[in-house]
Amino acid sequence: MSVATEFKPKIVAFCCNWCSYAGADLAGSSRLAYPADVKIIRVPCSCRVNPMFILRAFEKGADGVILCGCHPGDCHYSTGNFYARRRMTLLFSLLDYLGVEEGRTRVEWVSAAEGVKFSQTMNEFVEKIRSLGENVRLGDLRCKN
Amino acid sequence: MQELVNRAKALLADGTVQRVLGWKMGDLAYNPEPAFFENEEALSDFVYNSFCGANLSKYMIEASKKEGKTLVFLKPCDTYSFNQLLKEHRILREKAYIIGVGCTGKISGERIKEAGIRGIIAVEGADAFAPAETLQVKTLYGDREIAYKDAMLERCHVCKGKEHKIYDEIIGESRDTADSDRMEKVREIEAMSPEEKFAFFQNELSRCIRCNACRNVCPACSCRKCVFDSTKFDSAQKANVDSFEEKMFHVIRAFHVAGRCTDCGECSRVCPQNIPLHLFNRKLISDINEFYGEYQAGEDDTTVGPLTAFTTDDIEPSDARERG
Ligand code: SF4
Ligand code: SF4
Ligand code: FES
Repeated sequence: MSVATEFKPKIVAFCCNWCSYAGADLAGSSRLAYPADVKIIRVPCSCRVNPMFILRAFEKGADGVILCGCHPGDCHYSTGNFYARRRMTLLFSLLDYLGVEEGRTRVEWVSAAEGVKFSQTMNEFVEKIRSLGENVRLGDLRCKN
Repeated sequence: MQELVNRAKALLADGTVQRVLGWKMGDLAYNPEPAFFENEEALSDFVYNSFCGANLSKYMIEASKKEGKTLVFLKPCDTYSFNQLLKEHRILREKAYIIGVGCTGKISGERIKEAGIRGIIAVEGADAFAPAETLQVKTLYGDREIAYKDAMLERCHVCKGKEHKIYDEIIGESRDTADSDRMEKVREIEAMSPEEKFAFFQNELSRCIRCNACRNVCPACSCRKCVFDSTKFDSAQKANVDSFEEKMFHVIRAFHVAGRCTDCGECSRVCPQNIPLHLFNRKLISDINEFYGEYQAGEDDTTVGPLTAFTTDDIEPSDARERG
């Protein structure tokens, strides 16, 4: 009898340096747990995230991708997250249209003081991805496999 | 058509323009191609008929680098691309003399073939200014007929209207040939389950041979350096390459033209595999219209595009997907 191996989701979290990454830090130093399945990639600003980064994360095997930045109006570079918000809105909607379940992508605004929100968000997101299972649709969009 | 040639000759003769950008006969009756004409004699190859779907705007990038003005013929929908290129500083207005040509809906050999007519030798009734209701098609296997409407390009069934958005003069009448809802198919796909959506696109995209025709023809795809060009492989190997850019080609292409695509329909027209690229473009257009207000790229050459703008209370990505 084979032992069913537990699905360990691979999750990429892009966090802006000024708010969300500091929020993650605070979560850590406050000993608020979040699953080790979340791999954080620090970016200077949410706006630095080229839509191709999100696609590349999926192509490399991510099951879910989340982008965290400063709250609207609080971006260190004033307007970065406003542009990022439009881009991600359109990109995620397009991915949904292609059949990539919408729960696999998420944007959340997390400030440097919101360690609790960071850990809650990550716990929720990992749960969501666990329920969706492995992502098999964005390896090769040409659908060769 | 003679009217266009005569006007072109006059403009060449009085020195207003140095060359003409138009269409010339291709190797078959139904595939005229874009061409530059440097002088009066060369214009003997000029054609303008119902098969001249090719949008000449993008060639103005090249023409803008040349000495003097270029006379360019633009159909109503082509003028949107011209405006968009102006907005992106890819072409120069002062290098173009624009004759807005009348358009009564363009047809294509592909559409005729799709209707089961093979071996086309000649097509009668494809006069650009006075098209017939029914086309008479001479084929290797006898004479056939097809309604003009049935031979029309998909994009002409959702025509943006007969108005030229930019021109110096207009020759010929246009007619609005729209008779379908351009978002119909998009809505249909949106209503599918994730499995059905993926199956639908898998069926379409697995046919792609990565010939790059859709990118090359697109007026919005005019970057000097493109992510789909590589020094590691050439176009002959594209379909077999496993680079990230190639694997995600369709989504990247669509996103790179988001907010700039005028829905000119050239990508879908040239795809040798009949992949409906417009279904990606229109999804983005539909979302932009819904979330950020009605926007038509190329309507003019000044309005700021939706992805280079924002409002402080824009919709959140999560709310955007919960609607409807
Ligand atoms: S024109 Fe068609 S076959 Fe060629 S790369 Fe584009 S989608 Fe693929
Ligand atoms: S993506 Fe297609 S419809 Fe849009 S501008 Fe380019 S060629 Fe035209
Ligand atoms: S610096 Fe945090 S979103 Fe711009």
